[in-house]
Amino acid sequence: MDAVQQRQEASLVEQLRKGDPAAFETLVRTYMPMMLRVARRFMKSEEDARDAVQDAFVSAFRSIGSFHSNASLSTWLHRIVVNACLMRLRSQRRRPEEDIEAYLPRFREDGHHAQPVENWTETAETILERSELAEIVRAAIDRLPDTHREVLLLRDIEELSTDEAAQALGVTPNAVKVRLHRARQALRALLDPYMRPATT
Amino acid sequence: MKCADAITTFLADYLDGTLPPEVRADFEHHLDVCASCVAYLRTYRETIAMAAAARTELGDVPEELVQIVLAVRGR
Repeated sequence: MDAVQQRQEASLVEQLRKGDPAAFETLVRTYMPMMLRVARRFMKSEEDARDAVQDAFVSAFRSIGSFHSNASLSTWLHRIVVNACLMRLRSQRRRPEEDIEAYLPRFREDGHHAQPVENWTETAETILERSELAEIVRAAIDRLPDTHREVLLLRDIEELSTDEAAQALGVTPNAVKVRLHRARQALRALLDPYMRPATT
Repeated sequence: MKCADAITTFLADYLDGTLPPEVRADFEHHLDVCASCVAYLRTYRETIAMAAAARTELGDVPEELVQIVLAVRGR
């Protein structure tokens, strides 16, 4: 953020603290696109994503007084919408989640891979060019057990640090590391059949 | 080092660059002799890159939602 943007943001925060309705509208119109994108990644339905964004703005309106200008509004609102999504997901969790073990790599008793591992023909670059592959990846992420999916979203997609993800989830940094590795392994296993060379 | 240890215990720390030097050397020696672990490491890295590449970036912002949020603020 350059000096001009910093001054504009400081002025907006000042107006928000004074309760200026125009400032609230500026805040909503400026940051809703980012917040809705984040919510759409976390929530499995559009309705839930919109509800989470609404929760997030209500929370932001209430706590604008405690906003510290050493963070950017964008970073602050990102954390708020992530927390709103996590709370909503937690409240929706009813069934015991699926065991991730089924998606983890298998090894023989001597410690070698149970099956030879093949390279993939598809890459992250081809994902950007082929929308059906992007859809396969998103569907595979949604198949992960919730506690693992959330860690993967926070670390690999929203790019929170291990400590930040641990704080958001209320778990230890080590639990985040363990879950992230297992989530990546499970996602790798789910993608494997689609990314390998086609067999003839 | 066995494949099971390399993949289950050390892979994530290897990618984070946090393995102690002697363990890192053992891990890399294992990669020199194990094509399956090399392929696993490559596809694991690709998985992380694909998750980031596939993240939802598109989608409109419904004016209706803007109005709902502003109405909540006005209450």
